[in-house]
Amino acid sequence: MSAQASAKPMSPAGVAVGSGNLAGRQAVSRLMTWVLFGATGFAVVVLIVLLLTVFTDALPWLQPGLVRNMPSRRAESAGLFPALIGTMWLIGFTAILAFPIGVASAIYLEEYAPKNRWTRFLAVNIQNLAGVPSVVYGLLGLAVFVVGINLGRSILSGALTMALLILPVVIIASREAIRAVPSSLREAAYGLGATQWQVTRSHVLPLAFPGILTGIILSISRALGETAPLIVVGASAYVTFTPNGILDKYTVLPMQIYEWSRRPGDDFQGLAAAAIVVLLVLLLLLNAVAIYLRARAASRMRW
Amino acid sequence: MSLASGRFKAVMRGGFALAFCGMVSVGAALPAFAQDVDRASLSGEIVSDGSSTVGPITQAVAEEFAAEAPDVRTSVDISGTGGGFERFCNGETDIQNASRSIDEDEVTLCEENGVEFIELEVAYDALTVVVNEANTFLTCLNVEALRTLWEADSEVTTFADLNPEFPAETISLYGPGTDSGTFDYFVETILGDDGEIRQDFTPSEDDNVLVEGVAGDPNALGYFGYAYYIENEDTLNAVEIDGGDGCVAPSPETAQDGTYQPLSRPLYVYVNVASLERPEVQEFVRFYVEQAPELVGEVGFVASPEESYTESADALEAAISGDSAATPEA
Repeated sequence: MSAQASAKPMSPAGVAVGSGNLAGRQAVSRLMTWVLFGATGFAVVVLIVLLLTVFTDALPWLQPGLVRNMPSRRAESAGLFPALIGTMWLIGFTAILAFPIGVASAIYLEEYAPKNRWTRFLAVNIQNLAGVPSVVYGLLGLAVFVVGINLGRSILSGALTMALLILPVVIIASREAIRAVPSSLREAAYGLGATQWQVTRSHVLPLAFPGILTGIILSISRALGETAPLIVVGASAYVTFTPNGILDKYTVLPMQIYEWSRRPGDDFQGLAAAAIVVLLVLLLLLNAVAIYLRARAASRMRW
Repeated sequence: MSLASGRFKAVMRGGFALAFCGMVSVGAALPAFAQDVDRASLSGEIVSDGSSTVGPITQAVAEEFAAEAPDVRTSVDISGTGGGFERFCNGETDIQNASRSIDEDEVTLCEENGVEFIELEVAYDALTVVVNEANTFLTCLNVEALRTLWEADSEVTTFADLNPEFPAETISLYGPGTDSGTFDYFVETILGDDGEIRQDFTPSEDDNVLVEGVAGDPNALGYFGYAYYIENEDTLNAVEIDGGDGCVAPSPETAQDGTYQPLSRPLYVYVNVASLERPEVQEFVRFYVEQAPELVGEVGFVASPEESYTESADALEAAISGDSAATPEA
């Protein structure tokens, strides 16, 4: 290997690219350490600055009234209660819709589908769908759910659209998790006479569960912060009520943040920051639940 | 210029005005009678959509109305004036918030779908031309200067091009993006119906971004709604506007008495007449006209002149009482 390296050509300028200039190569190596560290540090610094700014702006507005009150034109008494409840309805139904369909698709693609060109075509398209901008899903939702099957600007329309939006990610993550289950386990079960469904249900799925859960939570987190598709499928900017059912109108936290941030005056900017903090807390709570469930499931596993 | 809205009003109200000209006095007496309705017993759903500029006014009214009629469920969407009219003329919404009056295509769409409506003027917005606080020399602009500054292929690049006594610093321009009603109104008013705006300004749909742009750049000039200026008075200077009768500073008073011309624009709410058959919508719109003069100020707009609200109330009562007699003229 080193013989080959030393035989490598010189660069046009006549400087040795390969071995020889030991001090030079070490200098480059040290430099690269710092460049790579800087790249990582950049992202972290930006994140810290962002969080600090948001928290500084939000601090005076983080009061119990924020989550209890209805929105108001008076910043002091404004709250995001309907948005918080709306987000829970929307995300809950999104999860209920996306979870079974996504996992079922993943099981089919990994366990049942023949490994042929058609399956590969499907898989490639699902990957492509994961990269489609979210507002495009909004337009699809508007055409199909809101107008097409006439569900109106309801939570159901929003949840169906969001479910479509996160399905590709759920499917891809679930496939990865299912693929990671060793095939020796499947073969052992088959060897004992289990049917394909029995193998899937009692061996593959339980073992893949922690990975599937991670994928679901990541995609739900994405749905939590989406605004663009919801504006298109008709989340309101303001409602005087909280939803009673899935056919009601609704608003969500990102809409509330958007609505407040475009109001004139520093007070509403502060409220927007406080709403961002609420959204972040909700996100962290969801992730914490996921980590707990995953840890519990993993500790029960006996390979 | 803002009085041009009167033309639209005449067109829109034509049908009602003819049918109910004899009932105006009756109509004017009705609000007192209407107070007897027990708002707390009302229920139902009121759907509104349209301009994100007017949205906050309807929100403020809905917030107050909810205190009196807690079982009425009101929602305010912000699809924009154009997107909102599309839904309104499909009969999907009860109330349409509009930062400009309805245009001819939209009237046609409403007629095709048999949607009858009334137009209520609810507030004025004084579009404010602002410069950085460090800029103390540019205190007044006339309409002609605004036009040469903003028109396509404008030759104005520095303040000195506006007035040789000003410094020869390049002006950085900020303005609302092309999707906003504010943009439409400014272009139509300053540059004319066929006017085209220059392309080298920094656009944003978020007025707060424009505020920050102008506040952070000593050579900036921009325009946006009065509310955004007054909230940032300490970092911005408003430029007085000479509409032909001398320089006038934007303020609630000058917008209301009509001296701040031509940049004070009316904001509207359109109501579907069919929706007015429902008591909750009736009461909500009555409440709207009653409360608007006070509430619009709280969300950064200027109340229209009193007679405008009286007119609105009359038109509303005529539409309510005439619901059975008013066969759609379309």
